[in-house]
Amino acid sequence: MIKTNNKIRSLKFFLFIGVIFITVFVNAKDKEEKLNSKELQKKEIKDYIAHHLEDSYYFDLFSYTNDKNEKKYIGFPLPIILWDNGVKIFSSSKFNHGKSVVNIHGNFYKIYHNKIYKTDFSGTINYDKNNHPSNFRPYDFSITKGVSVIILTSILMFVLFRSLANSYSKNKGLASGLGRFFEPIVIYIRDEIAIPNIGEKNYKKYMSFLLTIFFFIWFLNMLGLTPFGINVTGNIAITFSLAILTFIITNFTANKNYWAHIFWMPGVPTLMKIVLAPIEVLGVFIKPFTLMLRLYANMQAGHIVMMSLIALMFIFYNWIGSSLSFFLAFFISIIELFVALLQAYIFTILSALYFGFANEEHEHNETH
Amino acid sequence: MEKLLQEFSIGLFFWHSIIFITLIFLLKRFAWKPILQAINDRENSIRDAIESAEKAKIEMENLKADNKKILKEAMIEKEKLLKEAKEIRQKVIDKAKDEAGEQALRIITEANETIESEKNAAIAEIKNQVVNLSIDIAEKVLKKKLENEKNQMEYVNDLVKDVNLKQ
Repeated sequence: MIKTNNKIRSLKFFLFIGVIFITVFVNAKDKEEKLNSKELQKKEIKDYIAHHLEDSYYFDLFSYTNDKNEKKYIGFPLPIILWDNGVKIFSSSKFNHGKSVVNIHGNFYKIYHNKIYKTDFSGTINYDKNNHPSNFRPYDFSITKGVSVIILTSILMFVLFRSLANSYSKNKGLASGLGRFFEPIVIYIRDEIAIPNIGEKNYKKYMSFLLTIFFFIWFLNMLGLTPFGINVTGNIAITFSLAILTFIITNFTANKNYWAHIFWMPGVPTLMKIVLAPIEVLGVFIKPFTLMLRLYANMQAGHIVMMSLIALMFIFYNWIGSSLSFFLAFFISIIELFVALLQAYIFTILSALYFGFANEEHEHNETH
Repeated sequence: MEKLLQEFSIGLFFWHSIIFITLIFLLKRFAWKPILQAINDRENSIRDAIESAEKAKIEMENLKADNKKILKEAMIEKEKLLKEAKEIRQKVIDKAKDEAGEQALRIITEANETIESEKNAAIAEIKNQVVNLSIDIAEKVLKKKLENEKNQMEYVNDLVKDVNLKQ
């Protein structure tokens, strides 16, 4: 038994190393031996990183340039859903990676800088005076790479935790299988995050949210470390959506005390109350705003640093510099594994803290 | 900031919000509730088990103390019973002795009385027999003596003389 465990452990370790190697390898692959000019190479790397950080209409696993100097993509297209006087659904393969203009019932669409614009039949992009495209942008509800990863993660989480839940009834109240690994984390979130911050009395109604958000962010962060160029939690729309949920739950479950503390701080002079009120009101919005920015910036920065270090290998292009930056990238990868967990933890514990504020009950009127 | 706003994708926000909220409710219904319930139940059962073990320990100790007490009481009771039994035995013996003495005395007294009366009776009978025997002998002697007249007369005279003397 112990032997197999060791085997599995070493296998996992090799897998882990392998994944990092592939990350390094695949992300770097299409940059190999391409440009003579260093400046051009640097610009391309910058573009590549910027492109990787953005959402995409394709699920590309990697891309390369073939002998005829054509860029080839390995992956699959995703459905495009546009709202432009009616729903328009078509495959993103029609865009041919931004090269083609798509004609849907007489409407022409083109991808320009990773955004879909409505154009004329030749795909002309007009610019305003700030050099921004002035073309009409239809409402874009496409199932992008980000959305599909979210769906995959959701399915993964559902299957995983459903199996954990089922294992209890099958195994006389003891967890079994893969879910067993997550049980201590569930207990940790309950005992170390929810109960201390929210309180024994009210924590139960927030547990579902806290558990879901923790594992969701963690899993997405971890997926971001795989070499498939997934960057979901480093996207402002995602962190905004997560933060706004915390904001809504905080303010909709808040008790009288919470609002009293915002608009009419008990126990301070009246003049102070008037001064404090706008600050506190601002605080209500700043709290989720920082949540949003923290997760976004951390994941974004992590990806930039990691990819830059990987790219350094090809800028140095010699044994010493490249191996050095390889080990740096390797080291940062390990740190990023930790950051993935840490950011999920911070988001969860701060959400719990805000829920705690919303449920605080003091006898201020007497004590102050 | 402007770049952030430009980057912001309504579609991604829309889908993410829908999927995430759905995920929360799905997981709540199918995973978190049963998981937390199971963990809770297990913790409660562990707590109960520890508590009942503790209780059982205390009960055991109480039982031991009780046993000791009962044993001690039993010993005291035994001693008391033995003492009482001894006393009773002594009393019975004493009483028996007393009664036996009395009985013996009575029997002896009665025996004495009987002996006395028997003796008296025997003496009386012996007396009677002696009298009768004497009378018979006297009769026979008299008969022999009084075969002739002369003797008779002599005898009567003697008798008369005797009678007078005796009176």
